[in-house]
Amino acid sequence: MKNNKALRNTGLFLLFGGPSLFAFTVVFVIPFFVGLYLTFTKWDVISNDGSFVGFVNYVEVFRDDSFLTQLWFTIRYVFFTVIISNLLAFFIALALTSGMKGERWLRTGYFTPNLIGGIVLGYLWQSLFSRVFPFLGQKYGWAIFETSWLTNTDKAFWALVIATAWQLAGYLMIIYIAGFAGVPKDVIEAAKMDGAGHFTVLRKIVLRLSIPAIVVCVFLSLSRSFLTYDLNLSLTKGGPFNSTELATYHIVQKAFLSNQYGIGQAEAIVLFVIVAAVALTQSYLLKKLEVES
Amino acid sequence: MSGRQLYAVLKHVLIYAGLVVFLSPFLIVILNSFKKTQYFVENPVAWPDPFQFSNYVDAFHKMNFLQGFVNTALVTVLSVFVIILFSSMTGYLFVRFDWKVNKVLFFIMLAAMTVPFQVIMIPLVMIYGNLGLLDSKGILIFMYMGFGVPLGVFTFHGFIKGISYELEESSFLDGCSRFRTFFQIVFPLLRPVVVTLVVLDVLWVWNDYLLPSLVLLSPGNRTLPLSTYAFFSSYSVDYGPLMSGLVMTIIPVLVLYLILQDHVIKGISEGALK
Repeated sequence: MKNNKALRNTGLFLLFGGPSLFAFTVVFVIPFFVGLYLTFTKWDVISNDGSFVGFVNYVEVFRDDSFLTQLWFTIRYVFFTVIISNLLAFFIALALTSGMKGERWLRTGYFTPNLIGGIVLGYLWQSLFSRVFPFLGQKYGWAIFETSWLTNTDKAFWALVIATAWQLAGYLMIIYIAGFAGVPKDVIEAAKMDGAGHFTVLRKIVLRLSIPAIVVCVFLSLSRSFLTYDLNLSLTKGGPFNSTELATYHIVQKAFLSNQYGIGQAEAIVLFVIVAAVALTQSYLLKKLEVES
Repeated sequence: MSGRQLYAVLKHVLIYAGLVVFLSPFLIVILNSFKKTQYFVENPVAWPDPFQFSNYVDAFHKMNFLQGFVNTALVTVLSVFVIILFSSMTGYLFVRFDWKVNKVLFFIMLAAMTVPFQVIMIPLVMIYGNLGLLDSKGILIFMYMGFGVPLGVFTFHGFIKGISYELEESSFLDGCSRFRTFFQIVFPLLRPVVVTLVVLDVLWVWNDYLLPSLVLLSPGNRTLPLSTYAFFSSYSVDYGPLMSGLVMTIIPVLVLYLILQDHVIKGISEGALK
């Protein structure tokens, strides 16, 4: 009898859990551990040498100037992208929850850039930056647009930030709108009755009460921009002169063009640890703000 | 006009003007998709004169649009279908049976959601390459399932927890099996979560580039993001067809979005705030 039940439970487990757990294990869990192992070996495609080398790959990562430069480039890119996309999203969401005509269609419109993937996004902005803006710049004498932004490292940096923020803002806006819906209207009314101005209400009430939404949005924008790849490939292709390679771009090159799996994988792990540390720190700090207020 | 009215007017003007600026990249691409490359180079903001469709015919053939479209649709539909089907079953299993093994597995899946694809891709290519399993749409779909299941299980788990067990019990008394009860009683109740997940997963799989670029090697297997990339890297000066290629890639998702816009918006906000 007892045996029978155990058998039935195993059957249930396999029926309901089997397919998804099999795919998850074979596609995620096993590669994850193989990946960890890989970082301690001298694995590259040519020598096919899987010998154990300890922490050599990790040391190599931190001695590789080009990786460190690109990591710093990535961090600056993430910093500006997160700030710009969140500010934009926050104020658009604020306007779209204040009882405007056509809010539904405005919301739909601002979200549209999120329908396209990074590759299309990059080519779209590439044609703008390399053709349309220079044309306008030369025609109207706007010095800043006269040459293509993509041929200059500093400007190509901003091209990446702008294209990412353009897409992300609409996504974050949706989340902020949902967050504002949770701010009780009577609290705001009461504050206004007490003579609080527009700006005070915004700063003291709306901002404080929507901290959960801010945490989610900063988290999302952080992790998405830290891992940008497609856009980087299609907008700047790492150029001019490999000066705009984001971390993932570098890892893909290292692994699949230079065939250095061990070092590439160690870089991927380092990137993951950095993203996780930054994301956790920000949500810890922001949540502390919420408790204090 | 009072200050309050002025403020309201100003806000409307700003937000509508903002939207025009926001959507102008799309407008410029659409405009130029109807121009010969020469006219695009001369003036990329002028109205197309003559208005011509030949770019579309050109791009359609050169980027093998039909094949890319069919491949993408196939991969997206099947991936999303298996993710929804199997993760709802597993979510149900994890909620209704509080066995230790289920708790451990659920925890591992939660942890997995924090690990980015970048950490998996190198060993993934190495393992599946050595086994000779790359370059097939089937294995790509299987991989999407493996990567999509954690979010699916997590989302279904949260929702099923709130469904009362009584409905199912009466179904058992009628002699229905667990399997039939799940599909006849529980699954229909999951509709709102299914919508959320379909939205998130379709946007992800349809637009994904990195995974298919590593898995699908032969041109005949290419999905739309891959054929867009191949098209642009080989015809990078012929802007006319390139613009119409972009428009054609965007249109299928755009149409779907305009039909389902409220579901999409709801799906995004509920997916994020969980």
